[in-house]
Amino acid sequence: MNDMKSIVFGLRSTVFGLLIVAAVSAQTPAPPQSNAASPGNAEAGKKLFVSYGCYQCHGYEAQGSNATGPRLGPRPIAFAAFSRYVRQPTGQMPPYTAKVVSDADLTNIYAFVSSRLAPAVNIPLLK
Amino acid sequence: MSEKHSVDRRDFLKTAAVTGAAALSAGSAAAAAQAPQGTPPTQASAPVAPREVDPGGNVEVLTTDRPGGDFMVDVIKTLNFEFIASNPGSSFRGIHESIINYGNNSKPEFITCCHEESAVAMAHGYFKAEGRPMAVLCHGTVGMQHAAMAIYNAYCDRVPVYVLAGNSLDATLRRPGVEWAHSVQDAAAMVRDFIKWDDQPISLPHFAESAMRAYKIAMTPPMMPVLLVIDGGLQEDPISHEVSSRLRIPRLTVATPPQGDSGAVAEAARLLVNAQNPVIVADRAARTPAGITHLITLAEALQAPVVSQGGRMNFPSRHPLNQTSNSRQLIADADVILGLELTDFWGTVSTVRDGLTRTSRSLVKPGTKLISITALDLATKGNYQDFQRYPEVDVAMAADAEATLPALVEACKRATSPDRRSAFEARGKRLATAHASALERARAEAAYAWDASPISTARMTMELWAQIKNEDWALVAESGIMSDWTSRLWSFEKHYQSLGGSGGAGVGYGAPAAVGAALANKKHGRLSVTIQGDGDFLYAPGVWWTAAHHRIPLLAVMHNNRAYHQEVMHVQRMANRHNRGITRAHIGTTIDDPNVDFAKIAQGLGVHAQGPITNSNDLGPAIKRALDVVKRGEPSLIDVVTQPR
Repeated sequence: MNDMKSIVFGLRSTVFGLLIVAAVSAQTPAPPQSNAASPGNAEAGKKLFVSYGCYQCHGYEAQGSNATGPRLGPRPIAFAAFSRYVRQPTGQMPPYTAKVVSDADLTNIYAFVSSRLAPAVNIPLLK
Repeated sequence: MSEKHSVDRRDFLKTAAVTGAAALSAGSAAAAAQAPQGTPPTQASAPVAPREVDPGGNVEVLTTDRPGGDFMVDVIKTLNFEFIASNPGSSFRGIHESIINYGNNSKPEFITCCHEESAVAMAHGYFKAEGRPMAVLCHGTVGMQHAAMAIYNAYCDRVPVYVLAGNSLDATLRRPGVEWAHSVQDAAAMVRDFIKWDDQPISLPHFAESAMRAYKIAMTPPMMPVLLVIDGGLQEDPISHEVSSRLRIPRLTVATPPQGDSGAVAEAARLLVNAQNPVIVADRAARTPAGITHLITLAEALQAPVVSQGGRMNFPSRHPLNQTSNSRQLIADADVILGLELTDFWGTVSTVRDGLTRTSRSLVKPGTKLISITALDLATKGNYQDFQRYPEVDVAMAADAEATLPALVEACKRATSPDRRSAFEARGKRLATAHASALERARAEAAYAWDASPISTARMTMELWAQIKNEDWALVAESGIMSDWTSRLWSFEKHYQSLGGSGGAGVGYGAPAAVGAALANKKHGRLSVTIQGDGDFLYAPGVWWTAAHHRIPLLAVMHNNRAYHQEVMHVQRMANRHNRGITRAHIGTTIDDPNVDFAKIAQGLGVHAQGPITNSNDLGPAIKRALDVVKRGEPSLIDVVTQPR
């Protein structure tokens, strides 16, 4: 990595992501649950999530980062809003047009982030 | 000093010139060709075979008991430097020898570095852990060129580094070849834009005065690096009788930091006390442990939220008034914002959208009052643009924040009515609840991707915390962006537990700054810990050899995301903006194919090392093993392959 900004202050260390929050689900943890089926292919979406560079800001597991981009799964916002934001973001996220990411690919990516597991509860190190 | 050896460099050279003339008289054609212009013609004579001769009365003086470098060491010792970090160089061979022999390699002790950038960054980290400067020795030319970026980082971070640079001023006395390449008319020119003061003394008394002045200037807020260029002749030549009679070391009195004007302090207090939603934002506010205490006192007197921008350890992370995690909303709601040593007040209250068209907007409500206390208003330079955008503030105190806080606390207390005190108490309760909620949110977020591979930065942070939290630990550096997990999840209390960043965002600071801070912490018995970026590691990895060589205990856990990740995202941004997709964003930005074996590099430099670790369940045991090594007094590194952020 190549930045040594403030280690404490979110605003200063944020380079890309804080304004993206409008496009995703609230950053409150989801309770453990099975996720509703998405019409896309989650396995294909996992590969696309990497190849399209989504992981760069949101992490390989779509877990998000307060420095770059918020958590996307396991309960993303509705697909229509998700797609709209990806195409025409209003915050710091770069735009992904249909020329770059097809609607079909976006559906698979949505399936992938929807399929993320809710975290375990009562992790001893987080007590 | 021995009288009979009292001969200065110029006298010595007169002797040499006589010898040269004698050689010429021996009929050497080569000698004749090399003779300096103006050499008096001599009578031709028959060649004479070489032979040993009795030097007679005109003996060439070959040694001295008292070179100028010894006096320089006397001066430096009065400044009480513990260490002097250096990559060795011939332009300062004189003072180098004086330090290790005449000075007995103690106060300062010579720290061997493999790169001048490492030496300066070590001094940078050392200061922030110890509170006093470390000296650095380097060539005035190539050494300064190597040192320049690290000096810039220290300048931006307002850290005093005391740089001594060798040079050879007298062109007629230089050895042919390298000494010319390593000499310069104005050694300080290259860095003068980002140091506070420099001088090139031409005598030892001059050196003594300038040495004191440099220290005083460096240590007066805003603190910054200083540079003394020391001539090789001044270091190496014997001290003449005449000069000896003039030698003295001036008394040093470090200036007291400037305190804010009393009227401005009273106005700031009035605004803060009457505010409904005040916010205190601190960046490089706490210079000393007292700074933390003063800030706690102010925040508690007002029951006002504190947002730390992390330039220094300003405020305990678990204090209920620490609202760093809620900063954005607090700033949006604020009616008064007090900025303490902010580098970027404008950026604190504004945001820029990095789009095809760059736009900015204010984050605060119209009418929000901004109060600034910063010593930076006393010393702003023009060329390098680290001063950020111009902030439109309502009260601007050109003063040191820490020195001003006690007066501000008293003014606030005087201005607080019983009604306001009741309102403060209610606000404090709300903030305590918000603080607890933020901590719970952070813990909940940390649970996501807990078992992922690459390992999540939250998992790595908490595996490390579990091993160090009961020690006297210090997070001496954190190179890279880790989603602020340490500040969100660890309990920072003491002044040495967080040292802030590089200042200038010049990559390559993390490893040497960590080693320098760990060197400071060693005598205090503190456990020094660093989170080490992969890109940062690769700039000048020789510093790990320095850590091993000098037995500097340091636990380094790598945040190895196998990329210059910030740059990956920048290139991605450009590719998206140009509508070309991001499939090539890795070109020139990632550090893979092959993956770097950081553990092997560290081992080759004499450092205990493990990894690469990709399974999160292996991390805790690895940290335990590393900790055992560190507790024995040695550095240890763990290469952890991590999520990007």
